[in-house]
Amino acid sequence: MTEKTKLYGLMAEFDNPQAIVDATNAAYKAGYRKMDAYSPFPIEELHEALHFHTKVQYIVLVAGIIGGLLGYGLQYWTSAIDYPLNIGGRPYNSWVSFIPITFELTILIGAFSGAIGMILLNGLPQPYHPVFNVPRFSMASSDRFFLCIESEDPKFDRRTTAEFLKSLNALEVTEVEP
Amino acid sequence: MEANTAQHTAPPQEPVLKDVIPVVGPGHNFETISEKISAIVLTQRTPITLFIGLGMGFLIIQMLMAAVTALLYKGVGIWGLNTPVGWGFDITNFVWWVGIGHAGTLISAILLLMGQKWRTSINRFAEAMTLFAVACAAMFPLLHTGRPWFAAYWLLPIPNTMAIWPQFRSPLMWDVFAISTYGSVSLLFWYVGLIPDLATMRDRAKHWVVKMIFGMLSMGWRGSARHWARYETIYNLLAGLATPLVVSVHTIVSFDFAVSVIPGWHTTIFPPYFVAGAIFSGFAMVLTLLLPVRYLFNLHDFVTMRHIENMAKVMLVTGLMVFYGYNVEAFMGWYSSNKYEGFMIYNRMTGPYWWSYFLLIFCNGVVPQVLWVKKIRQNVYILWFITLIVNVGMWLERFVIVVTSLHRDFVPSSWGRYAPTIWEVMLFVGTIGFFIFMMILFVRALPMIPMFEMKTLLPESKVKHHKE
Repeated sequence: MTEKTKLYGLMAEFDNPQAIVDATNAAYKAGYRKMDAYSPFPIEELHEALHFHTKVQYIVLVAGIIGGLLGYGLQYWTSAIDYPLNIGGRPYNSWVSFIPITFELTILIGAFSGAIGMILLNGLPQPYHPVFNVPRFSMASSDRFFLCIESEDPKFDRRTTAEFLKSLNALEVTEVEP
Repeated sequence: MEANTAQHTAPPQEPVLKDVIPVVGPGHNFETISEKISAIVLTQRTPITLFIGLGMGFLIIQMLMAAVTALLYKGVGIWGLNTPVGWGFDITNFVWWVGIGHAGTLISAILLLMGQKWRTSINRFAEAMTLFAVACAAMFPLLHTGRPWFAAYWLLPIPNTMAIWPQFRSPLMWDVFAISTYGSVSLLFWYVGLIPDLATMRDRAKHWVVKMIFGMLSMGWRGSARHWARYETIYNLLAGLATPLVVSVHTIVSFDFAVSVIPGWHTTIFPPYFVAGAIFSGFAMVLTLLLPVRYLFNLHDFVTMRHIENMAKVMLVTGLMVFYGYNVEAFMGWYSSNKYEGFMIYNRMTGPYWWSYFLLIFCNGVVPQVLWVKKIRQNVYILWFITLIVNVGMWLERFVIVVTSLHRDFVPSSWGRYAPTIWEVMLFVGTIGFFIFMMILFVRALPMIPMFEMKTLLPESKVKHHKE
């Protein structure tokens, strides 16, 4: 805990969702940008307070369209180009019969790309993260809420930021080792 | 902690309706929810009943193994299938299991999109049921191929030395894609739903091995607000994708029948009537499993009478839809003026399998009508018994459709009979053992109720918007 060690950030603990949302709003107003809030369940107001908006949904749209094209392409190529077979006089490109599999592959590829995209955009799997160095952070997954202002923020200063966090009625303010 | 309790005793902001049973029992806060649900896996002693159930499941799985071994050694000839009945127990059981799986997706996806909050405490349990039911279902068509390892290139577009491809105009191919997509997407949806709870388990586990296993499974989830934003977007989108998927799956299963020309199969009512039947049997199976688990682990705060009554109501409604389907089939037999269609329904009622038809009407048409009575919907013992009857009824429905339509078709010279052999019965009972075995492992090893979603149901999870 010497002054020389570089911190990952400062972490404030709260015990209810209202407090963390208010604190995050206040921190954003005070000019802090490099920060993150942690909660045991999704709170819509919290990522709004961080002014964060996700674009992950476009992955599903694009992947779904690709999946549908692949699904139809697979059936068209195998049944009409690579090995055309006359089945009961139906056209080689029997598009009506090809719809179910086109639909299934749209869903399959859309769903998997979306979920994998979400996990990767979140930077997971990530076995180590500095916030886990705070012993009380294990409660972030049951009933405590944390706001961490990171040292990379230009406004970050070990003393003033700690005082600022205390002024937000935090239960406890802890230094986060990198 | 004190702040939480103080807040919880404060009156909730939403108006409380009289006579409405809450979805979470009174006296819970964020911590107690985590504690109660995670304790089942982490700290509580495993009830002896669970061990007995697991042991029985294990023994029945041995029967499954024997049936599969005999089949692979000798071939499908050991089953009772023969012309004209080429589909018997295998397809009956396949459709039955797939149908059971559908309740899981309905509860987790469709009810989520409809904003039905009560789904929360039962969705993970029902999704697990979906996964194991689909696994049981997939065994039947695969084993029916006789040599599943050769079946790979008929079923999937795998390049092979004969340069041939699967026949994509066949409903059986649609089925392969529908079931495999359904199984994969259900697994994905279930796992994505589990990630935050696996992190909770990691943080609460005491033993380092348990901590490490849950740590790896949760991939380092830390509950960041940015992560939650992406997570919620994707979770809702997965629900949106799973909803048409689940409807398409049983529709395609019904196409296996409806696209053919067999009397009794070739009808347009099959898709909606199959989907309703799937939901009907699925909710029955959820209740069959959930009621004992609720009792065993004392989950009365999370699975309240409200959940049970709602599920009973869904059973009543879908049961009526299915019953309507039976009546339309009978009506069309007469109204179509088609000789074969008319004979089909006459043969179902008076032919050699008449008992299965009337037992089906009794189980699915008559018995569920008692659910109109609120007292019965709220009586867990009677309700549990009704769910068993419905499970039997839905199995009979598939048996009636598959066997009675096939055994007497257009020309009397090609008529025949079907009876299952001991191997088919062993295989069927074996999958039930497998299903029970897997469900018990799930209940013991993973949090069966989504903790983080339950927390959002508490009034103190709500945040007031500030006007600034």
